[in-house]
Amino acid sequence: MDDVAIKVDHVSKTFKLPHEKQSSVKGALISVFDGGKRTYETQQVLRGVSFDIKKGEFFGIVGRNGSGKSTLLKMLAGIYTPTEGKITVNGKLTPFIELGVGFNPELTGRENVFLNGALLGFSRSEMLAMYDDIVKFAELEKFMDQKLKNYSSGMQVRLAFSIAIRAQSDILLLDEVLAVGDAAFQKKCYDYFTELKRNGQTVILVTHDMGAIRQYCTRAMMINDGKLVKVGDVETIAQAYIALFSDDRSANDRDSQERWGNGKQKTIDARVDVSDKQLTITITFQAYEDIDSLLYGFTLYEKTSKINVLESNTKRLGIVSQAVKKGEKTTIIWKVPNILRNGEYAISSATCDESALTYYDWLNDAFVFTISNKVETAGAVNPEVHFSYGK
Amino acid sequence: MRLFNRIFSKQNRALLSELVRTDFKLRYQGSFLGYAWSLLRPLLLFVILYVVFVRFLKLGNDIPHYPVYLLLGIVVWNFFTEMTVQSLGSIVGRGDLIRKIRIPRWLIVFSSSISALINLGLNLIVVAIFMVINHVDVYGTVLFAPLLLVEVYLFALGISLFLSALFVKFRDIGYIWEVMLQAGFYLTPILYPLSRITNATLQKLIFMNPMAQAIQDIRYSAVTHKSITIHHIFDGGWYMFIPYGIVLLMLVGGLTYFKSQASSFAENI
Repeated sequence: MDDVAIKVDHVSKTFKLPHEKQSSVKGALISVFDGGKRTYETQQVLRGVSFDIKKGEFFGIVGRNGSGKSTLLKMLAGIYTPTEGKITVNGKLTPFIELGVGFNPELTGRENVFLNGALLGFSRSEMLAMYDDIVKFAELEKFMDQKLKNYSSGMQVRLAFSIAIRAQSDILLLDEVLAVGDAAFQKKCYDYFTELKRNGQTVILVTHDMGAIRQYCTRAMMINDGKLVKVGDVETIAQAYIALFSDDRSANDRDSQERWGNGKQKTIDARVDVSDKQLTITITFQAYEDIDSLLYGFTLYEKTSKINVLESNTKRLGIVSQAVKKGEKTTIIWKVPNILRNGEYAISSATCDESALTYYDWLNDAFVFTISNKVETAGAVNPEVHFSYGK
Repeated sequence: MRLFNRIFSKQNRALLSELVRTDFKLRYQGSFLGYAWSLLRPLLLFVILYVVFVRFLKLGNDIPHYPVYLLLGIVVWNFFTEMTVQSLGSIVGRGDLIRKIRIPRWLIVFSSSISALINLGLNLIVVAIFMVINHVDVYGTVLFAPLLLVEVYLFALGISLFLSALFVKFRDIGYIWEVMLQAGFYLTPILYPLSRITNATLQKLIFMNPMAQAIQDIRYSAVTHKSITIHHIFDGGWYMFIPYGIVLLMLVGGLTYFKSQASSFAENI
């Protein structure tokens, strides 16, 4: 137990959501006469979440918007109290989850530093001792006597960040800090994270940035719909997170070089041979488990615009794919007429079960190629065009 | 003592002083006279009431130093009003803090009360100046005045804690309290001398209000012994302790309610 920094034990959180905000006495009176029925709808934001965070871990929490991760963080910080379950914190925790809490636009930069410092638990004399360092780190020496409302958002974040890193605590909570600030600021954040990691600080980071998760976190967890989906190594969680979005099938969520799926079967090689008349797509898969139910598919899209040009799968063609054994390699070949206009293209390769509900593997940019020898066209596609005079 | 140390830990004291400081800086932001308004506001109100009630309506002829008597009542009542009104909105007003950081909730209400206390201090200086100008004889009883102010403060604190927590759930409280204060202003013998009320039962009822008891006692102790106090009315009977009981009840009730609600402020605001 001594090496556990935070223990979360079957924690649930339920919010009472008023249908119409009943923040008036009249509303309360009406609801009393209604037996209270109309007033509230309960929303369970977290359901029975349990996990441990060990001392010195850089722990990531991922999940989509509204999954309950910020609520969880607020409960860890002691801002919300759990409806059920228990959170045990071993050590001193930062009390804030956001940068620049309590910043007031009507106060000067200097006054805000002291106010924010007091919120983090520093006395005025301690703040006086640190003041110059804070200002220097934020690179705001010339602006400290200006009102905060005249600061750019980047300047505000820099100031907040340089105060926040002074907070002396055993466990640090960070919610989406990376979402704000320019590249230079992000670099500072990253340097700070690297230092924290080197010092063996316990850090809990909530973010959408899988890059940061992969780079800094030692372990991570994913929550979805208020339930803990997975706790595990960083790569597993990052992939699980990306897979969440593949279910949406919205093309905009797909970034290049991305891969998701449960990994039962994976694309290990893909290539596209281009001739004037035909595209030959050859993809090799390897199975990591015995699979009975299989469906292969591909999408060919313009690399930059991500507009799908061609798409097909075995189900659409009425083909029942052969079952594969563990370790077996399978090569499939798609042939389509070369109707592409000049440009850069890529294919994604997919394998899933017959219902297309469970993805084994989806790989974007499995092969990238360029078409440049076609005649020019203003059309979306460019098949062979013939011309003749009628008799 | 350990509880005291925990409540007034180094961090809490630092935060309290910073919150009060911010409050003061922001209050008269953008006004020319700035802090002077803390004094000017009650003074101007005093001038209006003095002209209307003393010069035109000729109230208080039977009370020596009536202008000072009037001013002191206004200052104490203003303190009560300012503290409760500001505290009432303090939790909701600081919602950004409450939702994002773990700080003791009561500190916020407490900081509003300290701001009001500082204002009271400034106003009492003005009262003291008027006392000198008016040649008020200072009795030894003036030593009781601070204790009576503590009574007013504790009464206002209990109400503040209760209202600020209630306001999180019911925003109507703001308007209701405004009306109640207006009624309270006339139910408390601030403008009119109590001798004007001839019905003995009514006098007794008026004195059940801790503000009436405290204001009359403060006037008695500091300005003139002609001020009718609860002691006179009840002739020393045990009823005279009812206002203190109400203060105590309000304080304990306010604290209890506030404590029971504090953990859910963040989600209800």
